[in-house]
Amino acid sequence: MTYIAKPKMHHPALQPNAVGFTRRDYEGRISTLCAGCGHDSISAAIIQACWEMNIEPHRVAKLSGIGCSSKTPDYFLGNSHGFNTVHGRMPSVLTGANLANRELLYLGVSGDGDSASIGLGQFAHAMRRGVNMVYVLENNGVYGLTKGQFSATADKGSASKRGVANSDSPVDTASLALLMGATFVGRSFSGDKGQLVPLIKAAIGHCGAAFIDVVSPCVAFNNHSGSTKSYDYVRAHNEAVNRLDVIEGRSEITTDYAAGTTVDLQQHDGTWLRLHKVDEAYDATNKIAAMNYIQEHQARGEVVTGLLYVDTNPEELHANLKTVATPFNQLGEAQLCPGAGALAKLNASLR
Amino acid sequence: MTPLSGVNDFVIKFANINGSGSASANELFAKAILRMGVPVSPRNIFPSNIQGLPTWYEVRVNEQGWQGRRGGVDILVAMNPQTWDADLKEIEPGGYLFYDRSKPMPSSKFRADVNIIGVPLTELCNASYSDPRQRQLFKNIIYVGALSALLDMDPEALTELIAEQYKGKEKLLAPNLKALKLGHDWVVENLPYPLGLRVQRADNVGNKIFVDGNTAAGLGCVYGGATVCAWYPITPSSSLAEAFQRYCSQYRVDPVTGENRYAIIQAEDELASIGIVIGAGWNGARAFTTTSGPGVSLMGEFIGLAYFAEIPVTILNVQRGGPSTGMPTRTQQADVLACAYASHGDTKHVLLFPEDPHECFLHAAAALDLADRLQTPVFLMSDLDIGMNQRLAEPFAWDDSRRYDRGKVMSAEMLDAGKEFGRYLDVDHDGIPFRTYPGTHPDKGGYFTRGTTKNAYANYSEAGPDYLYNVQRLLRKFETAKALVPQPIVRRAAVPTPYGVIYYGSTSPAMAEAFEALALAGVAVDILRVQAFPFSDAVTDFILEHSQVFVVEQNRDAQLRTLIVTELGVDPGRLLPVLHYDGTPITARFITREISTLTHALAAQPRQDKVA
Repeated sequence: MTYIAKPKMHHPALQPNAVGFTRRDYEGRISTLCAGCGHDSISAAIIQACWEMNIEPHRVAKLSGIGCSSKTPDYFLGNSHGFNTVHGRMPSVLTGANLANRELLYLGVSGDGDSASIGLGQFAHAMRRGVNMVYVLENNGVYGLTKGQFSATADKGSASKRGVANSDSPVDTASLALLMGATFVGRSFSGDKGQLVPLIKAAIGHCGAAFIDVVSPCVAFNNHSGSTKSYDYVRAHNEAVNRLDVIEGRSEITTDYAAGTTVDLQQHDGTWLRLHKVDEAYDATNKIAAMNYIQEHQARGEVVTGLLYVDTNPEELHANLKTVATPFNQLGEAQLCPGAGALAKLNASLR
Repeated sequence: MTPLSGVNDFVIKFANINGSGSASANELFAKAILRMGVPVSPRNIFPSNIQGLPTWYEVRVNEQGWQGRRGGVDILVAMNPQTWDADLKEIEPGGYLFYDRSKPMPSSKFRADVNIIGVPLTELCNASYSDPRQRQLFKNIIYVGALSALLDMDPEALTELIAEQYKGKEKLLAPNLKALKLGHDWVVENLPYPLGLRVQRADNVGNKIFVDGNTAAGLGCVYGGATVCAWYPITPSSSLAEAFQRYCSQYRVDPVTGENRYAIIQAEDELASIGIVIGAGWNGARAFTTTSGPGVSLMGEFIGLAYFAEIPVTILNVQRGGPSTGMPTRTQQADVLACAYASHGDTKHVLLFPEDPHECFLHAAAALDLADRLQTPVFLMSDLDIGMNQRLAEPFAWDDSRRYDRGKVMSAEMLDAGKEFGRYLDVDHDGIPFRTYPGTHPDKGGYFTRGTTKNAYANYSEAGPDYLYNVQRLLRKFETAKALVPQPIVRRAAVPTPYGVIYYGSTSPAMAEAFEALALAGVAVDILRVQAFPFSDAVTDFILEHSQVFVVEQNRDAQLRTLIVTELGVDPGRLLPVLHYDGTPITARFITREISTLTHALAAQPRQDKVA
């Protein structure tokens, strides 16, 4: 619970990363979510990814909407500024924050109710605009905080804890993100840290709209036998297309994997993504093929995970708007105010 | 019938068809009179339509400089057969009807008490131009030329303006001048001229500028240092964002790199607009959105978040007629309460009421300062009448020594020096806490922003005392705002009077004129113009000084009066509403008539003051 202070004690063996922070420096308050909640594993993966990527915690801005998932930014990166906004509207607030200071890393955390139900519009438009961000959707198919109602990602036919079947079609946020123009789309499972951590790292390295749909079972309301978002169901139906390593730019690139099963992709920030392909036919740089692949497997009841699509030369909002390199929040009168002289000329033109 | 006569004092109304190119010809006409040193105040009366529906342009010519709508029409330029009958009725007896006599009209279509001036506009046009679009466009310039002769206007004023307009486009210059001459010469050769009503060179424009409020407010945002604008198109506010865009491309592009020192997002809706503004404000950039009533309704939840999480936000509301879609192309001051208390729970917001384009500029820049200083939403309450009509206004002014007030922002140096940081801690007893920009310091000054209750250190809390600490501090902050906002302006009658008038915003020009008209009629009133909410104590003092105060507004429910009664706790019986809300701008005639009637009734039956 929030009122229990987490001990500040650091184990002496904790290793600092290249920027001098230990893993503990990336943690936040103690989670108030239910024991076994998939969301806590995602928080742990974010912590791990940021530590490994040598991100200075205070240079991250974490934003969320409303819901269980949206509470989690309090539970990681305790020294970062966070913003728990309103339901379904995190993308617009993140967009504005990003415009004000392009130098920070923007981490948006949302849930399926937040992004696919109430906030579907803002979700889609943030992708369209190519906001440079990491958008993590913690997807459990139900409303937790209001006790178990279906969300818009619940599969048709899946049953609630009370046994009622959902009759509405589900929103596939990964497909939608692709369609809307996200330049990085991944999907993972909260129970698969080995896949999730590199995926988050790759998203951090991506200079554009990076979206990760993380299936994250709700132990309280959606982890029963009729659910398609339970631990058991996802483990049984997970179809991983690749495994991913993220290699920072300065590391030497070695090729110790057999050709045909490994692809190296360099991102704009210099990091290399090494994809170990489970399905050799899968090409994560082909958007149309990715869409087809996801749809085909979805029709078979399979949840495709991994790096689904990446544009290695993405467009991003600031580039599209041709904004100056200096963050807006550092510009002063000298850069912003045209002054009295210009105004005198302008007055003359209005007579 | 005595034809109306007079110099530099009349109302001319152009009845046109939307999309026929009349707007620029009409503006040319109004500006030419300005160039003759005679003040004009034009008003567009337009439909929610792009092409085909009726549109009017009403110009009040008044040497004394009264800029409120006068009411009544002295000269009608009837270019729209659809509205002929209704337009004809509006003409004052002895007034003039100017029409295209190319096709014969039955005598039943005219009025015996109106002077008829027929000019064969279509014939003249068809004889000189063959291209259909040119025929349509130049017909407008031909009537301007004809009017210039009828009203004895200075031909140089018109040719000079046309030359300025087509500088560098000489191809268009000659045909425009030709059209002007066609109209002018036809009148000279065929009609008695000038009319009884005419224009004569004067010197009453001075160094004033001719500009609309939306342009001025957009410019104010540039000068005020806004870098982020997020908006969703809505009449009558869209031209504000477009003006900001225009001035940014002029003044905010780095001359070396060509990069922009601004970002404009046309969002998917008003919710996203305000969300973007809140995100930018939270992160230390000056940001604004521009909208109208329906947009404010949509922004409701977010406005509450900005109020409670204490984030600087500037909202420029160009009001139109409500409720619902209401009268999207007509004017009202009907969002006063909706903005003052926008959002659920206990909320109160700072409102600024500009009276004209000059103040739209001034107050837009001031709103950005106030939002940062007070860390709260600030509304600029313009309206369609100010926003979309050009008005003669004092020139814009800027003091180069002025610095943006970024409010209480704690820097890394302050944090390192050991200054205590509590995001919601009232360190100065003014209700305003310090904030940090995200990314300021590696281990100090970070905090979590939320719309839920928190303690003074921004930690989540559902404890009653923490809640009270915050909401009561917010009230202290609102009290602090009283002294920071523009203060009310009082004008006294020549003699002591028990009557006061409170008014605000676009009512101002009509009220100024009514003030003199009432004095002439022997009704002395002191007048107070409210420039902002929260109200300063001067408003209470003014009310207590007068046994009866008229509150003049352009809405049905006397919204400012309600706000005054609620916030200042004054006896409602002391405040009498004077309300104009048919969508047309309020007139001096209306105010004068209403207040005269009310004061006469009051004089006959003195109000019984409650005695304790």
